Amino acid sequence: MKPPPFEYVDPRTVDDVVAALHQHGDDAKVLAGGQSLMPMLNMRLARPAVVIDINRVTELDHLEEENGVLRVGALARQRALERWAAGRVPLIAAALRLVGHVAIRNRGTVVGSLTHADPAAELPALFVCLDGVARVRGSAGVRDVRAADLFVGPLTTSLGSDELMIETRWPLPRAGAGWGFHEVARRHGDFALVGVLALVTLAAGRIHDVRISIFGAGPTPARARAAEQRLAGAAPGAALARDAAALAGEGLTPDADLHASAAYRKSVARTLTERALTDAFARVKEDRG
Amino acid sequence: MGAKYFGAAVKRREDPRFLRGEARYVDDVKLSGMLHAAFLRSPHAHARIASINADAARAMPGVVRVFTFRDLERWMKPLPLFGAPPPGLAAAIRFEIRQAAQHALVRDRARYVGEIVAMVVADSRYRAEDAVDRIDVEWEPLTPVVDMRAAAQPASPLVHEDWGSNLAIGFTHGIGDVDRAFAAADVVMRETFLIQRYVGMPLEGRGVVAAWDRRDGSLTTWNSTQVSHFVQQGLTLALDLPPHKIRVIAPDLGGGFGTKASGYPEDTLVPIASVVLGRPVKWVEDRREHMMGAAHARHQIHEIELAARRDGTIVGLRDRIWLDLGAYNVWGVVLPYNTVAHLIGPHRIRNMRVDVQAVVTHKTPNAPYRGAGRPETVFAMDRAVDCLARQLGLDAADIRRKNYIRADEMPFDFGMPYRDGNPLVYDTGDFPAALEAALNAAGYAELRRDQKRLRDAGVYRGIGLSGYVEGTAIGPFEGVTVKVDLAGHVTVATGAVNSGQGHETSFAQVAADALGVPIDWVTVIGGDTAAVPFGVGTFASRSAVTAGSSIVDAAAQVKEKLVRAAASLLEAAPADVDIDDGQALVRGAPGSAIPLAKVVQASIPTFAKPGVASPDFEASAYHHVPTVTYASAVHLAHVEVDVGTGHVRLLRYVVAHDCGKVINPTIVEGQVHGGVAQGVGGALFEEMVYDDQGQLLTGTLMDYLVPTAAELPPIETVHLEYPSPRNPLGVKGLGEGGAISPPAAIANAIEDALSPFGVRIRETPVSPSRLLALIDSARSSP
Repeated sequence: MKPPPFEYVDPRTVDDVVAALHQHGDDAKVLAGGQSLMPMLNMRLARPAVVIDINRVTELDHLEEENGVLRVGALARQRALERWAAGRVPLIAAALRLVGHVAIRNRGTVVGSLTHADPAAELPALFVCLDGVARVRGSAGVRDVRAADLFVGPLTTSLGSDELMIETRWPLPRAGAGWGFHEVARRHGDFALVGVLALVTLAAGRIHDVRISIFGAGPTPARARAAEQRLAGAAPGAALARDAAALAGEGLTPDADLHASAAYRKSVARTLTERALTDAFARVKEDRG
Repeated sequence: MGAKYFGAAVKRREDPRFLRGEARYVDDVKLSGMLHAAFLRSPHAHARIASINADAARAMPGVVRVFTFRDLERWMKPLPLFGAPPPGLAAAIRFEIRQAAQHALVRDRARYVGEIVAMVVADSRYRAEDAVDRIDVEWEPLTPVVDMRAAAQPASPLVHEDWGSNLAIGFTHGIGDVDRAFAAADVVMRETFLIQRYVGMPLEGRGVVAAWDRRDGSLTTWNSTQVSHFVQQGLTLALDLPPHKIRVIAPDLGGGFGTKASGYPEDTLVPIASVVLGRPVKWVEDRREHMMGAAHARHQIHEIELAARRDGTIVGLRDRIWLDLGAYNVWGVVLPYNTVAHLIGPHRIRNMRVDVQAVVTHKTPNAPYRGAGRPETVFAMDRAVDCLARQLGLDAADIRRKNYIRADEMPFDFGMPYRDGNPLVYDTGDFPAALEAALNAAGYAELRRDQKRLRDAGVYRGIGLSGYVEGTAIGPFEGVTVKVDLAGHVTVATGAVNSGQGHETSFAQVAADALGVPIDWVTVIGGDTAAVPFGVGTFASRSAVTAGSSIVDAAAQVKEKLVRAAASLLEAAPADVDIDDGQALVRGAPGSAIPLAKVVQASIPTFAKPGVASPDFEASAYHHVPTVTYASAVHLAHVEVDVGTGHVRLLRYVVAHDCGKVINPTIVEGQVHGGVAQGVGGALFEEMVYDDQGQLLTGTLMDYLVPTAAELPPIETVHLEYPSPRNPLGVKGLGEGGAISPPAAIANAIEDALSPFGVRIRETPVSPSRLLALIDSARSSP
């Protein structure tokens, strides 16, 4: 289990990274935390001609909040986000705790997980739930990609082969927002069989803003739009959570794999949606703007 | 002999070096000029090799040599086979046995994904693997047989064509009059159970370093093995050398579990490469190789029937058993007969008939893994007992109370042989007492009350029981050499290899007591063939009994020599001299005490005079055990099932067990915990999955799920000590026991939790997806 030969470059600036990506295109792979790339290299499942190591591009290593938006640079480790979120944003903290194990989160980057786009991973689903925006640099310049447009298939994003995701922006839940997060995994730290994130705000006793993000039950994490529509403007309650959860299975096209059947994923997506909504309803406080 | 250390919770003496990262594994062996091997393994489950072209690989930078079967033809002798029935067993049962010997390299037909086709030796592992990529094999794929019952069908593709079938081991065996028992029974319970393929998965994979010394024609090889003397034996055949020219050293091991007790192609290929090339060669298995190249285990189907009276008394047992051995029947009757010999377990059943078919399939060969047939057979039996209890409306504890053999019935003779050919007679134990101990420790009555109350709140908790009786410490012996040095300190060398069991501690406890020296004076060496001439190795829960007994014998001989020398020095009669705390003294005269070092030194001849005795303070012993000792336990699992997701949470786990006299309770508990962890893996997580083309789908530890600490419940251990009369220490084997009952106990607990739905667990692992499907189908059927 040794990687095949590859050329290694370790640029110091984003410009140099983009230049290297432009030069090598699909033959190159970007190395950040290495938690997915290194095993794939060692098992010779990935055979890039060039590995571009961005760990010395210090301008990418940042994580800061500004006006209710968290900006996470491409080198920020998952553990840094977890630590930042602890006591501040319980939804993010809860989701991060289930990303692999501490040793993995110490190395793994937030942006690396988004770029890897595993459909059963927590971070892409969280990004979708929070309506995040990815800032991308390529040889053509800078562009912003909304979470809804970022994930296009299993392990596939809409980024071009010469583009680098340099920063992600995470709009934080409003004070008083209710949240729920449930997932089933075979073991602690495994990719989810299915998971659901829910975020709810309340205005005048009725649901104002609601977002449900389901992962592990389709090619990408996805918002449960039909369920969200059912919830918007309604008064929270057990019956409503149940009704909305029933709609959450709509449009899901899970695959079967070694660990769970497609029917399982669809059924449990509904169950976990109901639980996540129930938690969110119990936690939500009137939004005072 | 005073028992200063025996029974005490002595801290594990080997732990500091492991905890500090200073252990020395095979991969830590680095020799000057060492080369590195990598293997090309078959990508097909069943395929013929039309041709191999290794020219491109040979031309790669750093490559020293590429070996195919043709290149090594003169070295290619069949790999060792084990498990012929001993005379006592062969006399009692008519076995149909077929064993085909594997060659270290595929000659012309690959029979499982992972079988070795070629070996590259290069100046680095990286370059060796690069060259493996460039070997061009022209394959002619053939139809594989993957499913064990399909393999038993007459039209099945054959794994070994000259056999004419895939049947590797077939036999029937009966005791009593089973047909009459079934005819007279009030009820019969029939069910089919499948135990999946799951494996030992040591943290450290296998590994071999070999160094050929041309000067004296000797080979030294470091091998991460549990059985260094077996590896030595295999090499004497492969290399055509006498044993003293082959030194096999098992250094620190990162786990073994039986996986490292099998014979492997790499054990001989790496030494052959070293001999041919005249340079040291290393190969360290990576996890990808381990998944397909190291032995698999378990994998049985039981069609079991219990005949009973209405009160729950079991009067008869029939079982039709299939075993899937993978591509080679390396272990003969070991797994099939272990399965049969442990089926009845603690139950008083006098009428049994079994029909066993062990078949070969195009999968990685199986070998004994911690339990070796027992977890499978106990799963079938204890699941069947619970199904019978449900059918009769009896409590799971009550039906066992009724059927467990009582202490006053010991020794209990089944009228059939054990696997070693000796009569299967339980020596000691109190199974009902173990049952009550487990129930009391768990607070069974209270758990039942809570269960009722919680169900009304939609919380589904269940309690599961499983009991086993395990023939442990199969003989015939283990070799031990005890030596005293000039300082009066002691070396204990044994063929038993320490792969985590704590030998360096428990064996030192036994030796220190037997010799009368402080434990700090004792060094234990395991697994070095140069340190003890004849040995067997560590497997089958055997080392405490076999090596422990030999330590007692050898230490007694050495002590006698020391006493004679000391008596001469002290001018006393030997009968009046004792050794205590490292000093020799005349009994009742503490002032006479002299250090052992002085006794040894006085025995060495000087220019002035001969010694007071021969300084031969050394003895070897090969204690012969009459047959196995029977350890036993009752396990209790307490679980909670999420009926919305099928997720199972283990709340508590209780083990009430008898391993005879406990040498070291800390080590015993550690062994129980480790075994339970692997049993939990079998119950809920671990499964080697193949597709219908024989491709291994669980090729990484992301797919093959080993439980971590986060998945394990608190484990409580109750020690019940019923000494065995079959060895001088009164001990029984312990290593495997923890792993035997968890799949049955946990499945029983899950079924108990879900009894309002009427769910029946027929196979493991009980994954959330499988369990939710069972719950849904039970809910939708009336």
